[in-house]
Amino acid sequence: MTKYELLSGNEAIARGVYEAGVKVAAAYPGTPSTEILENVARYDRILSQWAPNEKVALEVAAGASIAGAKAFAAMKHVGLNVAADPLMTFSYTGVNGGMVLVSADDPAMHSSQNEQDNRYYGLIAKLPVLEPADSGEAKDFTLKAYEISEVFDTPVILRTTTRVNHSKSFVAINEPAEITVKDYKKDPGKYVMTPANAVGRHKAVEERRLALTEYAGQTELNRVEAGSGDFGDIGFITAGISYQYLKEIMPDASYLKLGLLWPLNENMILDFAAGVKQVIVVEELEPVLETQIRAMGVSCRGKDIIPRQGELSEETLRRALAGAGLPVWVTPEPAYVSEQKLPVRPPILCPGCSHRGMFYTLNAMELCVSGDIGCYALGSAAPFESIDTTICMGASVGGAFGMELARGDGFAEGCVAVIGDSTFFHSGITGLMDIVYNKGRSTVIVLDNSTTAMTGHQDNPGTGKDIKGEPAPLIDIEMLGASLGIRRVRTVDPFDLKACREALEEELAAPEVSLIVARRACALYSKLRDPACRVEEGDCVGCKACLKLGCPALSVSDGKAKVDALMCVGCGLCTQVCPKHAIRKAGGSHE
Amino acid sequence: MSDNTNVMIAGVGGQGTVLASKILGLAAMKAGMDVKQSEIHGMSQRGGSVVTHVRFGDKVHSPLVTKGSADVIMAFEELEGLRYLPYLKKTGLIIMNKQQMLPMPVIMGAAQYPVAPVEEIANLEAKEIAVDASGTGLALGDARTANVVLLGVLAAALPFPDEVWHESLRESLKPGLVEVNMKAFRAGQEAAMAM
Repeated sequence: MTKYELLSGNEAIARGVYEAGVKVAAAYPGTPSTEILENVARYDRILSQWAPNEKVALEVAAGASIAGAKAFAAMKHVGLNVAADPLMTFSYTGVNGGMVLVSADDPAMHSSQNEQDNRYYGLIAKLPVLEPADSGEAKDFTLKAYEISEVFDTPVILRTTTRVNHSKSFVAINEPAEITVKDYKKDPGKYVMTPANAVGRHKAVEERRLALTEYAGQTELNRVEAGSGDFGDIGFITAGISYQYLKEIMPDASYLKLGLLWPLNENMILDFAAGVKQVIVVEELEPVLETQIRAMGVSCRGKDIIPRQGELSEETLRRALAGAGLPVWVTPEPAYVSEQKLPVRPPILCPGCSHRGMFYTLNAMELCVSGDIGCYALGSAAPFESIDTTICMGASVGGAFGMELARGDGFAEGCVAVIGDSTFFHSGITGLMDIVYNKGRSTVIVLDNSTTAMTGHQDNPGTGKDIKGEPAPLIDIEMLGASLGIRRVRTVDPFDLKACREALEEELAAPEVSLIVARRACALYSKLRDPACRVEEGDCVGCKACLKLGCPALSVSDGKAKVDALMCVGCGLCTQVCPKHAIRKAGGSHE
Repeated sequence: MSDNTNVMIAGVGGQGTVLASKILGLAAMKAGMDVKQSEIHGMSQRGGSVVTHVRFGDKVHSPLVTKGSADVIMAFEELEGLRYLPYLKKTGLIIMNKQQMLPMPVIMGAAQYPVAPVEEIANLEAKEIAVDASGTGLALGDARTANVVLLGVLAAALPFPDEVWHESLRESLKPGLVEVNMKAFRAGQEAAMAM
């Protein structure tokens, strides 16, 4: 009897990678994809690694595939932008061992800076795109993707969305295939993409497209569910999580449920459309399917009724379909809504967070801050409100230099870039090189908490450990800066506010590039736990200066500061900002 | 929406809502039901508002509970209980942990914490069970067992046999934490019976 487990989409993909016989797996962490490689790494026989960024992860996987092993890479949607360069040409070379790439998209931007629809990458790179609708499919499609990869000589994109990555459902557990490595033969015509060879390979890509189009008409990845009763002549063409919502709403309608989203098979679409009275294409985000289906001459509804932004849900779909005249029961108004105005609860920097001291100082000095991607993006929220820009991984460094060029030295004296350690290794180094090479004077602060914190504490080239927790060479940020020719490299303790301020004042005044490394381990990771600070109530004047630290352990009530002793980890920043020295570290000191 | 049971677990990042939903999902699976559950990781871990959805029954398609259809809401924090109230069925059950955690806008003085959430909900037609789960957990020696105390309260409202819950607890917890959590679970069941 087959055994089933209740797994998340990410755990299911990892299981699929294991069962497929993958030998090499690489990723850079990014919500909602992170747990895929974390789970892959638990299978000892798979060589797993956190790469410094997604481009490197994909290149490692491509090399492993060409050398004959089954290979795997995973990333969030914006990570694929970083990896797009190798992807486009790896499409031309094709594979040797099967290769699958997960693109985990984040509609509604639960933890992202945009909601781009990466199904388009399939069309641009001419790569097959598979999309599962639950964890069971996530594992099955991973296995299917390896089969397609080797049969059609192509990398395959397995596209997921947050709601599938982070939802759990049943997954069949099967025995894994053996790991086998195919022969490797030098083959420049296939793997050396100089123009003359690439012309031939582009031809192969177009032939592959035609073969895959034919396959799309036969594969069980795409299935028709014939409807019945009054609604049987309504035909939904859909995929992924949207299918699940629709099945709750109109279980008896007809469905063309797509698992292979590119390429589409025209005959399959036309046959389905001919069998129903009305075709409705339901997909999250962009009209990727709809545009292609309309180009086949099918008259259908789609983005004229279905929202184009954010996640879909059963409720939004009920409203959309009812609005379009379908006999759908619309969810009634909720029975209960609180009569009170409820405050929002935004994410915050943790008690003892190593970023707090630096953001407090940046705010106090009223600096322009070119920001980056990580927990420290929370420095944009009250009470710090420090950050001026957040665009993508690594953008803080080049961005600060651009601001300097636009507005001159006077501006650069009040402007810094802030970037976390993992983000610096990901794509901050090249920006720093640019400032050195083009004779800039920008001040770059690496907020080094010695982990990749926001995504859940993954190791990186600066932590001294690899994905298995084994010791690994530690790349020294200060030495790296010095090797680029930066003369002003200094390290500060972000728990020492005076030192932070001094460092900033001196480095901003210096007419050359500076690198400040603010180093303290992440409070969650280091489990920092000094005795809680306490308030000497007699000395407290209720001025609320301590609240400018935005620490959840601090509050002021009845005119006196309070420290929540369960939350406080004793970092001591509040003892430094209290003008009356009313907050003390355990033992009585106010330092 | 079909005849599935819909449970939502709301709280603050770090309170153990995800572990509670894992144990519940596992229990439903062991009770022979189809299960889907949904949670969101990432930004919400940093002390933000978090909610997980658990649905079980004969056949579950969507992993998400819709507004007005939750049979049970477990609120690990009072404000979060009020926030997700629109999801509660008219005749639903809300299990409130008597705990208030001030969000940053309240700490900063930019917003007010709602007045007496437990009392506001008590006035509704829906059933409320309010317990001091953190206090109960603390009395057992570990305040972090509050989430399992609340699961014990929930267990009294669901048709799963005790063995199913016990197995799920054992499989989901580190061996050293099983005993204290078993006590916490029983304390929750007893609190529910006393209501």
